[in-house]
Amino acid sequence: MELGYLFSTIVKMAALVAWIYGLLWGLNRKLLWQKALTVILAFGVIQGAFLLSFGDFAVFSGFDQGLLFQAVSMAMVAVGLNVIYGFNGQFSLAQWGFYGIGAYVAADITWWWSSGNASGLLVAGIGVILGGLAIALVGRLLRLKRGIPVLSAFTFYLIAVVAAGAVAMYLGHALVPLVQAGFGTKAAPGILASAAAQQVVFILAVVIAGAFAAEISFLFGLPVLTLGSDYFGIATLGFAIVVQTLMVNSDTILPFPEMKGGRGMIGIPRLTTWATAFIFLLLVIILVRNFVKSSTGRATLSVREDETAARAMGIDIAQSKLLSFVLGSFLAGIGGALYAHYIGFLSPSMFSFIAGFNPLIIVVFGGLGSITGSLAASVAWIFFLEGFLRVLLGQMGTEAPTWRFVLYPIALLLLMLMRPQGLLGTVEWGFLKADRLLKKVKPADAKTPAAVQKENS
Amino acid sequence: MADTQTARPVLDLREVTKFFGGLSAVKGLSLALPRGALWGLIGPNGAGKTTVFNLITGLIKVSEGEIIFGDERIDGLEPYEITRMGVARTFQNIRLFSNLSVLDNVRIAYHPHAGYSFGDSMLRTRRFTAKEKELTDQAMEFLSIFKLQGIAEETARNLPYGEQRRVEIARALACNPQVLLLDEPAAGMNPREIQELMDLIHFIRDRFKLTILLIEHQMRVVMGICEYLTVMDFGEVIARGTPKEIQGNQKVVEAYLGKGVASSAAG
Repeated sequence: MELGYLFSTIVKMAALVAWIYGLLWGLNRKLLWQKALTVILAFGVIQGAFLLSFGDFAVFSGFDQGLLFQAVSMAMVAVGLNVIYGFNGQFSLAQWGFYGIGAYVAADITWWWSSGNASGLLVAGIGVILGGLAIALVGRLLRLKRGIPVLSAFTFYLIAVVAAGAVAMYLGHALVPLVQAGFGTKAAPGILASAAAQQVVFILAVVIAGAFAAEISFLFGLPVLTLGSDYFGIATLGFAIVVQTLMVNSDTILPFPEMKGGRGMIGIPRLTTWATAFIFLLLVIILVRNFVKSSTGRATLSVREDETAARAMGIDIAQSKLLSFVLGSFLAGIGGALYAHYIGFLSPSMFSFIAGFNPLIIVVFGGLGSITGSLAASVAWIFFLEGFLRVLLGQMGTEAPTWRFVLYPIALLLLMLMRPQGLLGTVEWGFLKADRLLKKVKPADAKTPAAVQKENS
Repeated sequence: MADTQTARPVLDLREVTKFFGGLSAVKGLSLALPRGALWGLIGPNGAGKTTVFNLITGLIKVSEGEIIFGDERIDGLEPYEITRMGVARTFQNIRLFSNLSVLDNVRIAYHPHAGYSFGDSMLRTRRFTAKEKELTDQAMEFLSIFKLQGIAEETARNLPYGEQRRVEIARALACNPQVLLLDEPAAGMNPREIQELMDLIHFIRDRFKLTILLIEHQMRVVMGICEYLTVMDFGEVIARGTPKEIQGNQKVVEAYLGKGVASSAAG
């Protein structure tokens, strides 16, 4: 049994990493139908594995499926953190806080929705839209006058966002009666209570949660990113603690009795399916690829490489830092939202800052500056720690699983000694690597450095 | 020199002073760079030359005085704004983006005029593809001017020292500047490399119609290519003139060699 389990876990981990490779390879094909086929196949393979079972033996048991969903949401958090830390060079511990924010916001929306109340969706949705508009408007106005200190700018943004929130609160509640008719009654549920409507609301909730996390990260990042990297790290740690404290007291100092504070939020509809998880993962991969492989992405890298030189090259480093921080937090928010609707239960203890080191470890483990590395390491991490070690050690006694917190730091230590750049370094696979534009540039001109030197002398 | 000095200077430092705490690193420095000049800024170690560069590019803020570029005051602007207006620089200790390719180093300098928005890149619009291709082609063409096209995909860190210097100059020029500030470009170079560098500096000035301000220690370079010199010591200008005039200037020799040595050398 133990050996069999060991073997099957390793096979599953390897298969999933191969799956990531295949997906990235396929997305890198030239023709559209090839890409489409890849997406369908990549989706189908896992969906098929979910359904496939031989008698008692399921290829992907419910437990494994849970691990996969965890891995997918963890991958989004890790990729987001890699954008902030690996690509932009800003050491952040706040990522886990944004993950928690995303989880709670999305859960709150669907919780209210499934209990027949649209106010959560309306208030959060309108709030996020108005908040975004307010930030854009203030940003435009601030650009008219130059030399505004960052704290003053922050104050303006804060006032605008709070005002937008208040308007959203009012508007959202005012609009509830319009939507409410669609819910029908308990005996005869209307169309808005149907499964399809729930899925739509769920997807909206995920996007809103991401946007909400992004807007919070904008407000938080604006003043704090002006600090040097170390101080920024400490400030983000503070942020993670504030978020968790608010979660613990969400029913007392915050007006969200449904979140039940430290006792944990229950009754979140379990709406995450493989289809939604896969689509969001795909979107995340594409968005991050598009970001990294662009002029903005290169500017982001230059800030990591040398801030002074980047400034002297005409890069607005404050903007660059803020952009990658907001993007990374957006991804964390999405990951949190998906996780909440897979697990169906949220407790503040999940979002303690200690747990917040997990995505950091994954990013370093996979390789700073490698999206592929973060994806692969997320899968490997979850399956190794939560799947393999927990189950294997669990068979050795009830207290034995505690050993995994001894074993995995040792594994980490070994990796850092043998491969300090992480498993993949900065290597990317297929879709994430391709710089087609570069390949098109006159290959005939390409000379070896030696030949060039000869020519120059 | 007479007519260039009456013409409007492209970069004009007026009584620029910088205090670090109570210490003044630069004291009442005035310097008017005529368009097209190849101007040298020299002086012994610690004279405040690099501070002047940092002041011009906005990396540190001016305490007193003003800096005019073209028609606009640029002291107080952010470094990226100054660069975008047309002042680019290299650094004394090479500051390439060392883990990126040579091509990316140059493409980063193109970022302010990439021609597509963040939204374009996220959605991979047609404009993104077209502009990105244009930008890459431009960068490759640009690298070929410096005979660097063959190492475009090489990681900057792995290049030999002389080539890193060239890449850094190329990157600064990719910012499309009117004024180029070179901070000890010949540091650590052998005589052959120095000769190449001098040719390169002449070449880029003519080709890109630049005004160049140059900090240098190697007298060979200074005397060889600079048309006019400003000599600093302890944050103050102690002499100005053509290289010839400077060579015979008693104060300059003293600043470099010390008083006693200078008088015995003069005698």
